[in-house]
Amino acid sequence: MKYSLIATATLAAMLAACSTTPTAPVEEKAPVAAAPAAAAAKPAAVTAGDPFADADALNKIPLLQKRSIYFEFDSFAIPLDYVSIIEAHSKYLKANAGAKVLIQGNTDERGSREYNLALGQKRADAVKSNLTLLGVKESQVEAVSLGEEKPKATGHDEAAWTENRRADLVYGN
Amino acid sequence: MKVFRHAFALLAALSCLLLGLPASAQLNVEIYGAGADRIPITIADFGDESAMQGDDKLTGIIRKDLELSGMFRMISQGTLPAVEGTVPDYAAWRGQGADALVVGSLSRNPNGMVDVRFRLYDVTRTSELLSLKLSVAANQKRALAHHIANKIYEKLVGQPGIFATRIAYVEKVGNRYQLLVADFDGENAVPALLSAEPIMSPTWSPDGKQIAYVSFEKKKPIVYVATLATGRRITLANYKGSNSAPAWSPDGRRLALTLTKDGLSQIYIVNADGSGLRRLTSSNGIDTEPRWSPDGSSIYFTSDRGGSPQIYRASVDNGNAQRLSFAGAYNVTPRISPDGKTLVYVSRNNGRFQITMMDLASQQTQVLTDSDRDESPSFAPDGRTILYATEVGGRGVLSVVSTDGRTRYRLNNRAGDVREPTWGPFEK
Repeated sequence: MKYSLIATATLAAMLAACSTTPTAPVEEKAPVAAAPAAAAAKPAAVTAGDPFADADALNKIPLLQKRSIYFEFDSFAIPLDYVSIIEAHSKYLKANAGAKVLIQGNTDERGSREYNLALGQKRADAVKSNLTLLGVKESQVEAVSLGEEKPKATGHDEAAWTENRRADLVYGN
Repeated sequence: MKVFRHAFALLAALSCLLLGLPASAQLNVEIYGAGADRIPITIADFGDESAMQGDDKLTGIIRKDLELSGMFRMISQGTLPAVEGTVPDYAAWRGQGADALVVGSLSRNPNGMVDVRFRLYDVTRTSELLSLKLSVAANQKRALAHHIANKIYEKLVGQPGIFATRIAYVEKVGNRYQLLVADFDGENAVPALLSAEPIMSPTWSPDGKQIAYVSFEKKKPIVYVATLATGRRITLANYKGSNSAPAWSPDGRRLALTLTKDGLSQIYIVNADGSGLRRLTSSNGIDTEPRWSPDGSSIYFTSDRGGSPQIYRASVDNGNAQRLSFAGAYNVTPRISPDGKTLVYVSRNNGRFQITMMDLASQQTQVLTDSDRDESPSFAPDGRTILYATEVGGRGVLSVVSTDGRTRYRLNNRAGDVREPTWGPFEK
């Protein structure tokens, strides 16, 4: 519940940011303000209290375990359902300056392989630009495309195509 | 380069095994229309065909070549004798319906080679059109058959034949990928590269000696140029982001390609040795799949700058672009005919991806195929035939359609999943 509230707050901030120049630091105050409140509820909090700064946050926070964004055919627009996931990852990356993420864009198998390679890049770039808009450092994010070359679902039907129109966030070591 | 060499060495051992399995060639040719304008021809069995090695008959390959062109109708020899060097009984051949006749013989000579003699006759005009003698190695049967078919085609059709040209394509077997180079009919496939990662967009240099392609072997798309005779290769483009869609200029000195080094996928031009990179297009969308016009002055490409992927043409000098396709919301992969007059591309029609042809002068379009998963069209160097990839039963296959839409056949002699075909130039 906590996360979805934060997400809603930041979604509003993000949409506001979209309409003007991206001055992310101002908007960041919303989630930062939420963190001390969470810490206050737990008197025995060990360190700073930001759950996203936890070394094991990627395994602990449900939204951070969601690492796939799905797209419509021939589209690179991120559906609004996924904004909260991207927002959670932006918080993790900002709280862990040493963390790096690789974003792999994929497409379904239909149509041109080369166009799909470019489309997969656009999908990866869309995720990347949303992360940097939220204040993640450019140097922490790399966007690449696998086009239709590495399908996760190997079928040739709508179910497989839906699964493959996807961008994945892959954390390195 | 080491990886490539290694692949060659490995494949030298593997290829016999791999290629031995799907040896049976079953080319089913579909020919539409009455066929009244196809030339009725008899290719008589040659004397001593067993002089050549292998099971297929030399004359069987010649007949199949000519049939695949869609320009000939085979007339059976029946019981008529055909002895090379003797004047044929023209009236008898004409009585069986043939307008042209080919008679030949083979014989082993003392130095282990095979002497080949053949003659082409005009049965209606009762004259000899062609007489040829040559000496070949006994294991060169396919090359010999394609050579003879070319001679017949050139004499009777008046244009160069494509029977000695080669094609390249990518085959996926399990999780391995190989770039194969084969005869125009898909036979004689020889691996040129083996990789555990995808291979894309192979394309021949204009002299047929090199192939540029995209490989994911370093976990991202990088463009390489391989020299077929030596197996050596260079990295043409390995910039930040994606490197893909190579296309040779008609003089072979430059390539166009797609890079994302400056953000979006855009088209660049680079010298064939990788030097002198310059950006060609500057749009706010995807620009990819470049192909040079035969005169080298413009580049056809796919762009979604207008909101959906469409075909455009840009000047090589300044990158100024003009949109060419307007019908439908998905038109990709432009390929220009050798004479520069006809464009083919893949269009999505009611959810079906099909090969479409546009006459550039009139802008009239025509859908050439009735399959629904067509990709990667490639013109034969004579401009009459288009090779493309499609899908049958969940497996990639290669198909051929003539530009008049009347001749179609499938190259179904591979067991694996094949894609990304590209037709090489006329042999030099």
